[in-house]
Amino acid sequence: MKPSPIRRVPTFSACAPSSQVPLSSSGRRFSPLINFMRDYRFERVWFWGCIQGVRGAYYIAEGLGPDRAAPRSRLYSLNCVDWSLLTPATKEMLALAEQVKGRFQGDPSFEYGLLLYGLFAEELDLPVMKEEARLIATIELIDREVGIVPRGAFVKTPLGAVHENRHFEGLSLAEAKKLSSYFHLTKPVNLKNKTLLEKADLDPSTDFLDSLEHDIPRGSWSIQLEKGGTVVVLRSLLWLGLTFYHVPMTKQFGYVYFGTGEKNLDLPFML
Amino acid sequence: MDTLRDEHLIPPTFQAAVKYKALFIKEGGEEEEEDDLEEEMGQPSLPNVMETAFYFEQAGIGLNKDESYYIFLALKNLINVQPIQTCRFWGKILGLEMNYIIAEVQLQEVEEDEEIAEEGEEIVGEGEKEDEAEEEDEQKEKEAEPPKSTYKPPPEIPKEANGTGTNKYVYFVCNEPGNPWVKLPPVTPAQIVCARKIKKFFTGRLDAPVVSFPPFPGNEANYLRAQIARISAGTHVSPTGFYQFANEDEEEEEGADTYEENTEFEPPPVAEMVESLATWAHHVKGILKQGRCVWINPSQKSEENDEDEEEEEEEVEEEQEERGPPLLTLISEDEGMKDIPAWTAQTSTDLIPQYSVAILRSNRWPGAYAFASGRKFENIYFGWGHKYSPENHTPELPPPAQAEFPSGPGITETVDPTVEEEMAFKAAQEEALAEAEEGEDEEGEDD
Repeated sequence: MKPSPIRRVPTFSACAPSSQVPLSSSGRRFSPLINFMRDYRFERVWFWGCIQGVRGAYYIAEGLGPDRAAPRSRLYSLNCVDWSLLTPATKEMLALAEQVKGRFQGDPSFEYGLLLYGLFAEELDLPVMKEEARLIATIELIDREVGIVPRGAFVKTPLGAVHENRHFEGLSLAEAKKLSSYFHLTKPVNLKNKTLLEKADLDPSTDFLDSLEHDIPRGSWSIQLEKGGTVVVLRSLLWLGLTFYHVPMTKQFGYVYFGTGEKNLDLPFML
Repeated sequence: MDTLRDEHLIPPTFQAAVKYKALFIKEGGEEEEEDDLEEEMGQPSLPNVMETAFYFEQAGIGLNKDESYYIFLALKNLINVQPIQTCRFWGKILGLEMNYIIAEVQLQEVEEDEEIAEEGEEIVGEGEKEDEAEEEDEQKEKEAEPPKSTYKPPPEIPKEANGTGTNKYVYFVCNEPGNPWVKLPPVTPAQIVCARKIKKFFTGRLDAPVVSFPPFPGNEANYLRAQIARISAGTHVSPTGFYQFANEDEEEEEGADTYEENTEFEPPPVAEMVESLATWAHHVKGILKQGRCVWINPSQKSEENDEDEEEEEEEVEEEQEERGPPLLTLISEDEGMKDIPAWTAQTSTDLIPQYSVAILRSNRWPGAYAFASGRKFENIYFGWGHKYSPENHTPELPPPAQAEFPSGPGITETVDPTVEEEMAFKAAQEEALAEAEEGEDEEGEDD
């Protein structure tokens, strides 16, 4: 059976307690996603999550072409009916977004006043960041820092393209409890720091990404087995609200983000 | 050929299945006893968890239907086991290793004797310690002892009696539905004051220590209870007018703790409940800075110690009586943080307004929700158990080092007197001596 191109999030016990999209919009959620595949030539489309603002929520969907490692296209909507494409994130956006603190307002045209420190404060006017740009940057940061996949779910071809592994049968229960079986789906940073002995054990087709073992700070992931071990749930403590699920011994996995879109900078005090 | 036999591993799924199956077993043999009990105690109210879950699902909040049903059954078990008057599903708090499912309960009044016995034991223990200390002091007087510390810790603020204030409800927790329910100990003001200063994740084990600064007086069970008390006090709301004071006179008194349901309450329409926050009111008393709901003067307790009474009255500054907002204040008077209001109100759907539900989300305690639909309303919490603060968490700094001893002329450094000053002083002393000798008839003093 061909796996459905739209990954449906199964409702397992409390993946993130407020994780269900409101009933009024869950029905509207999937029909436009199919249209995106036609309009934007996506091979896969999925519901990424929901960022809760003070006055409203942003529902985010992501889509990808054949290369799974390519930059993803993101769409957002305030009511799950009208979707708009977001521009790709730029470095300046990411840098500015790290300075903005506080909740999202729920209005895409809201402007945050930023303070510039240093020499340029006198020359330039105070830069302003629109909420839409902050949204783009936040989604990109979340995907980069805590977007994870199980080991073996993606393979890298010799030409460099990344595809889904059709032979991925799922992690075993013992493997699923270990942090080293999950990878960040972004450009690896720690791989080159590994010793030659460790690199010899790696399989270049599946082990081309950073695993969660070396995440700083240690303990920033909470692994739980729910429903008596049928589902393994990883929750990120750095971005509270990101939940990853995987049913061991099956192909099902995925992550969603339901939260306020703020990084948890108090994490070292809280562990 | 492998001659070793594979060990037959029982996956944890089967153990979980056995646990869940136990929830579904109806106690068939105890039907006669149940009838008698019901006649005596009246029907304890089992909350309709599925109905609440249905309303919250309209807003996208809640747990899986399976889990809600398991919690429903687990609450039924709790009611059968413990002498419970009212029971409510309070919510779920996430932890690192395991999560907590929390039930808010009011017990029947059977426990008073047990508590008095516990307090009696504590007082007896202190009396014994005082005797021992006196004996040690007598022995030590013979030896030279280091200077005793003059530090007197501030008087301990007593916790509120069970059934009032922060300890109005008793909370039971379990990690998963099917696990036995554990009762949380009552909360003390010291724990609440400390819980306000720290921010720690829950691990999921009730006996885990809470390592923090300022040191938390208790383990994770106490920390959990303190956070539950803070969340309840901050976010439990009901439609205005649903509860009213029992007597009208009590509104003016500070100690108004009792409220009752207003049978003549007419629920405002959902649109109005969402637009104006004045249609919601807190029905749990807020916690003062002291850590209690009702202020108590801590220096009253010091009158029991006769020896220290005089010293303490001088040192203790007059503490101002703290007044919190009275019960049943409207939530429109809740302060927001910077430009974020304290509450966000929404309807569950804008497509079908006649069946929509008013939903309140708290911004101060992310994870606290409330819904109202007609006469039905409910509060619930799903989250990590921490308050939202726009600034980053700053841990408390250690207190400044105590002054060792008061500075006085005896130990203050001064410039040494010059030779002329010394000679002048010596001359003045000799003159004084000579006058004293002439003035006295007897020469009795030694030089």
